[in-house]
Amino acid sequence: MKLKELEGHLGSLDQFSNPKIELEQYPTGPHIASRMLFTAENSFGDVSNKVVADFGCGCGTLGIAAALLSAEHVFGIDIDPESLEIASLNAEELELDIDFIQSNVLDLVWRGPIVDTVIMNPPFGTRKKGADLDFLSVALKVASQAVYSLHKTSTRDHVKRSALRDFNARSAEVICELRYDVPKLYKFHKKKEVDIAVDLWRFVPASHQSRSI
Amino acid sequence: MRLLTHNMLSSNIRGVVNGFPLRIEAGKVVEKNVEINGDFLKNMFVKIDWKAFVEASQSMGYTELPEEADSSMLDSDEFLNRFHHALLELHLEEGALVCPETGRRFPVSKGIPNMLLHEDEV
Repeated sequence: MKLKELEGHLGSLDQFSNPKIELEQYPTGPHIASRMLFTAENSFGDVSNKVVADFGCGCGTLGIAAALLSAEHVFGIDIDPESLEIASLNAEELELDIDFIQSNVLDLVWRGPIVDTVIMNPPFGTRKKGADLDFLSVALKVASQAVYSLHKTSTRDHVKRSALRDFNARSAEVICELRYDVPKLYKFHKKKEVDIAVDLWRFVPASHQSRSI
Repeated sequence: MRLLTHNMLSSNIRGVVNGFPLRIEAGKVVEKNVEINGDFLKNMFVKIDWKAFVEASQSMGYTELPEEADSSMLDSDEFLNRFHHALLELHLEEGALVCPETGRRFPVSKGIPNMLLHEDEV
């Protein structure tokens, strides 16, 4: 599938109808989502024929992108039942089989090295400090091949240090810097739209034996 | 929810020592065909907990899987088809996943299991 086609499909998805600020619900736009998954597949082969998990899937954008790029099995986890309903409908519209699980990403317990790749646009931690790193910590325990994640560019050094030193990542690379345009979703947003500089990261977890679950 | 997902999920209640596998209470099971991918199946075979997988598929009403399996069976198309069918084509739409230690039920509705813990379970 070409990048433009992928972006087109993602642009047609339904998004949060009543976003919940305490969960930092912001849709991952089709521009970022398509580039994220396209790179994961074409530069690293981390998507097609793989088992892919979307942590904090919201309305399913990233998981759906993975499925469209031929991931063999995709599942998405989110704490919010309303988003999951929208995600289900989105997947159904595109005739994709994606398993959705309602849960706090941080509470789930996984068996075995089944998940190849974790993809996520985690909460940035504006409401609950350090939320994005909590997600990253879990992702690095679950994925056997790679973790793709978005974090604010302003936190770049901190993210790298945490991943390598605290979460046992074998490598942590910024693949590219993107502009995340956040539309005026919440009442407290003063401007019509803001542009946040975000890094698209690729982390490689430590090999399975040395992980402590 | 497909059985591949079920084979990864464990009960996450605080204090539970062995929360895998979750027992399946199947209310409504739906079958959806999807193209078979032999390489993927061979890859998955070594990662699957076979006993839990067979038990789960039996709960979903599918009894064609052998109780025990080894990788030589992957040469058989018949085996691959059954493996594929149970792993990826059976969907639990309504029912529950039950913690093997505490008996706590995690309801499954519209294919989505609700694994959210209550405050005292975290």
